Amino acid sequence: MEEPCLIEKSELNRLIERLIREGFLVLGPRVEDSAILYCEIQSMRDLPRGYRDTQEPGKYRVAESNGENYFEFNLGPHSWKQFLFPPKQSVSSCKKTDNGWEFTTNVDSPPKFAFLGVRACELAAIEVQDRVFLEGPFVDPVYQARRESTFIIAVNCTVAASTCFCTSMGTGPKCKSAFDLALTELDDGFVVEVGTTRGRSMISDLNIRKIDREHASDSQLLQQRACDQITKRMDTSGIRNLLLENLDHPHWDDVAKRCLSCTNCTMVCPTCFCSSVTEVSNLSGDQIERERQWDSCFNVDFSYTASGTVRDDVRSRYRQWLTHKLASWHDQFDSSGCVGCGRCITWCPVGIDLTAEVAAIRNTPFSNRTLPVIQPVSKAACAFPKDFKP
Amino acid sequence: MGVFKFASCDGCQLQLLSCEDELLSIADAIDIVHFLEASSHVEPGPYDIALVEGSITTNVDRNRILEVRKHSKYLVTIGACATAGGIQALKNWGDRSDYLRAVYARPEYIETLSTSTAIADHVKVDFELRGCPINRLQLIDVILSLLADRAPRTPRHSVCLDCKRRGTVCIAVAQDAVCLGPITQAGCGAICPAYQRGCYGCFGPAAQPNCDSLADWYLAGRATPVELVPLLRNFNANAPAFRECGDRIDPFLDSGGTT
Repeated sequence: MEEPCLIEKSELNRLIERLIREGFLVLGPRVEDSAILYCEIQSMRDLPRGYRDTQEPGKYRVAESNGENYFEFNLGPHSWKQFLFPPKQSVSSCKKTDNGWEFTTNVDSPPKFAFLGVRACELAAIEVQDRVFLEGPFVDPVYQARRESTFIIAVNCTVAASTCFCTSMGTGPKCKSAFDLALTELDDGFVVEVGTTRGRSMISDLNIRKIDREHASDSQLLQQRACDQITKRMDTSGIRNLLLENLDHPHWDDVAKRCLSCTNCTMVCPTCFCSSVTEVSNLSGDQIERERQWDSCFNVDFSYTASGTVRDDVRSRYRQWLTHKLASWHDQFDSSGCVGCGRCITWCPVGIDLTAEVAAIRNTPFSNRTLPVIQPVSKAACAFPKDFKP
Repeated sequence: MGVFKFASCDGCQLQLLSCEDELLSIADAIDIVHFLEASSHVEPGPYDIALVEGSITTNVDRNRILEVRKHSKYLVTIGACATAGGIQALKNWGDRSDYLRAVYARPEYIETLSTSTAIADHVKVDFELRGCPINRLQLIDVILSLLADRAPRTPRHSVCLDCKRRGTVCIAVAQDAVCLGPITQAGCGAICPAYQRGCYGCFGPAAQPNCDSLADWYLAGRATPVELVPLLRNFNANAPAFRECGDRIDPFLDSGGTT
């Protein structure tokens, strides 16, 4: 990667203008409905300049400060998932004609997205979803069309929320790859790192200065500040086996007493990818749409099969979510499903903190096993082999 | 199809009338032979489908629902009154004779039971469609499902899922609102939180709701029992999950009073 450079703050406006001129829908942080959300951005005026957020389990607040920076806050309830993997999508339709049923695959023509303000944990989350939607034997055309054209401007965190734990998951706070451009906001400008040739050409007409030693050191200090502010930890050593060997730990009952099974954690999670597909017919039954919607393992009916509901209590649903996210995800996708963004902690209506639940199990491993120990299996045994052709 | 009214405000029957354009198509597929809200012309049963609105609050109605059941192939209850006893189930916590004396000059003319109860407490119900009022699109889907011999699309998940799908920021987390969304069944489209109001629980308890956990969280600093009990004891007051949670936290219940 080439040397970082420096731009005046106002140059970001020119970058946004250029992206819009080149047909991108620029999405970035904006204060809406008492939160910082990802919405369409026309210029820097739309950004949450001077806004700060505070977060704790089950609580989120955003407020204006006397600061002047544009990116001195952390994650809100939205993730970029909503653009790449839409909450609701009509995937196909069929129509009754005189010659029988006519089937059509709906053509998705999404806009070209430019994401502004993607944090390191969110880059990691996009990479996790890439593995889910693009790198298996079945490529998801909806995700693919959106992902391929997306231009990513990452932002290095200079502050951290009390719910952040990216350092434990090895995903941040520094953006290392998977971006076109990455910004670090100083008081008097942005340090710009270029990640791709596309990123390089997008800043070609900006007024770029060479970065001096002082700016480089400021940038380092601010990134270190974010690191130092991260106090939440999750010990991930041997976490896969820890959880899978404790499937009958009494702590799952304790979580089940608190968990509402309301789906909020899975909805705000930037990697959760579950959906359900239903057919919706018109009144006369001759026109049918097949719709895909976000769904959740916390829904009773999500595990309904021909023989009944597989996970028929909150205990088994919470356990399914946590063990998939932190344990069996490794078997399925060669990585953790958690990037340490902390959204599930903040947006749980009763403040359940997965790092505390894991710690509780780690602190009192359960020895009276009644379930067989699940051994690590080869990827081919639990998923389709790489060369499988559907 | 017959549409029958018990103790209710008629709002759910109006949802059927509000179907307007679709109503014509429904009428093409179904003969509506008894629907007093729409027409005084009625024909006798039997009925393939009986839509039943309202709760049971009198002896007369208790007998009448037995007759409706006897003459109906599918009995579908519509709305919070029919599925949970409705707002009038608040009488279940009070004293019938006190209410009668307070409201009526000549209470001796009034015949009423001491409770308001769901239709399913009296007869076998084939399907319960929730809501105060019901969602007309869900009603159309239930009718379509009976015509097509398939299961209706009426999800049992929480309102939260619909808030998230439509991108609404959680007002319980971001604004300390007291919201019943996490324990309430979806169906309304998550309207209230989208307008910065906590969920009132109009569609009754979601599947396997953890009401106690949510109530304890709100009671730890956000709401008092005097605020929370009336929220649980609302249109779906007598739905078992809401009733039990409200009774557990009701500070007046032991002394026999009402909140």
